[in-house]
Amino acid sequence: MGKHVLVIEDEPNIIEAISFILSRDGWKVDTHSNGHDAADVVFAKSPDLLILDVMLPGASGYEILTELRAQDATRDLPVLMLTARGQTKDREMAEKIGASRFMTKPFSNAEVLEVVRELVP
Amino acid sequence: MMLGHRQADLAKEVGISASYLNLIEHNRRRIGGKLLLAIARSLGVEPSALTEGAEAQLIATLREARAADPGAGAEQDALEDFAGRFPGWAQLLERRHRRVEELERTVETLTDRLTHDPHLAAALHEMISTITSIRSTAGILAETRELEPEWRDRFHRNINEDSNRLANSATALVSYLDRTEGDGEAELSSPQDELDAFLSDSSFHMPLLEGDAGDDVDIDGLIEQQKVLQSSAARAMARNYLKRYVRDAQTMPLSATTEALAKYGLDVSALARHFQTDLVTVMRRLAEMPDSVTGVPVGLVSCDASGTMIFRKALDGFMLPRFGAACPLWPLFRALSRPMTPFSETVRQVGRGGGLFRTLSIAQPVGEVSFDAPSLFEAYMLILPVPTGEKPSGPVDEIGVTCRICPKNSCPGRREPSILTEGF
Repeated sequence: MGKHVLVIEDEPNIIEAISFILSRDGWKVDTHSNGHDAADVVFAKSPDLLILDVMLPGASGYEILTELRAQDATRDLPVLMLTARGQTKDREMAEKIGASRFMTKPFSNAEVLEVVRELVP
Repeated sequence: MMLGHRQADLAKEVGISASYLNLIEHNRRRIGGKLLLAIARSLGVEPSALTEGAEAQLIATLREARAADPGAGAEQDALEDFAGRFPGWAQLLERRHRRVEELERTVETLTDRLTHDPHLAAALHEMISTITSIRSTAGILAETRELEPEWRDRFHRNINEDSNRLANSATALVSYLDRTEGDGEAELSSPQDELDAFLSDSSFHMPLLEGDAGDDVDIDGLIEQQKVLQSSAARAMARNYLKRYVRDAQTMPLSATTEALAKYGLDVSALARHFQTDLVTVMRRLAEMPDSVTGVPVGLVSCDASGTMIFRKALDGFMLPRFGAACPLWPLFRALSRPMTPFSETVRQVGRGGGLFRTLSIAQPVGEVSFDAPSLFEAYMLILPVPTGEKPSGPVDEIGVTCRICPKNSCPGRREPSILTEGF
């Protein structure tokens, strides 16, 4: 069984593209598109890596990550945050609450692959 | 007024409107020359006695200017001497300082437009998401050597869908920006917008209408001086609003309200009992107070029986729709459906950062209630921020701003698709 990634993103075509490239790279991919119960899904799925969009329906990626970092089980989980805004304050916010990496949309497939391979070698 | 002169009489004697005189009296307008001499003569005082307040204001502003640029080395102990010996230059410096402050505020507003304009932020977010999807999908099609036909068809379909969405989003964005280009006043599309701009410019607080002087103020004269109130409809709406403001201020005078707030806090029911008035008057009055009096920023919205918003005082973190109708889940509209029933509810706006707000809502009749005519109701909702870290005592309702920019898909109140999830 390959490494396990959970992608939380509300744009279905982005989910499909990321799922495809990661599957081809040997990852087992789970997806979820709602912020409301995202933290529960992370606890239930226990992935090796989380790709988390910032702007989600129900709760923001920042809120979800804050909740995850407060729990022992997910305190050290590698998390790649995705956002449509690349301003310094967004990046600082992501770092402050414990994002492992931060990537601004639109990103290339090669960039995503490079970062996930770095986060879970 | 000095020497027992009635404001209106003095204004008439010197040939200006009572409201303009009021502005002069509160140091909101600087005067000199013939008008200063005429007022001094009419009051029987030396002209210098009338300019003391203005000089104090001038010196205070110069002090602010010095504090804003400490590196310039302006001498603190020479400030009053400078204002006295070179009044023209001092006034020039004062005006330049005020102008810089105005321009800085404008720059802040423009640079922070993405935060303050939910339509623009949502449209750009939608476009970037679509571009991300197209870029990633196109990358797969271009870079994957052996792609199964069903995957290839699927990705072609996705690109086609996304490119249509992108075209629609771009068209809608250009049309939105076309509508809002130009100067601030040109953006005001309705009398309600003009009234909102006037109230917002005044921070919803009208010092001239506070206290006993409120009755004497020439409301029409005051309205005439507001450039932002361009249409006669807006001026009529402002007249009604200001008349009600005077009545509210007499029911709950500023000083008495400040004392009562120290005793009861923002307990609307206790304040209503204290002033022997209704809940809505208290809610309106709290929204008319400066933040320094209420201790926290206070937001207020009201709507008429059709649900149309007729009063909007926004609050940081609680977004009000710029165009169109608000979210039907707001307690404001629940109150409208059950008149005279107070609702106290804690809410969170979905997708807006998650801040909690306590809302107090009630609908009450407009005008006299009688058996001879159907009653009409207006609903009010007071919005108070819940301090960070404070746990809400009851359930938290998830509400939106307006359907167009709401990410809540499975909402029974949805009127139209959201640009965040469904495309245009």
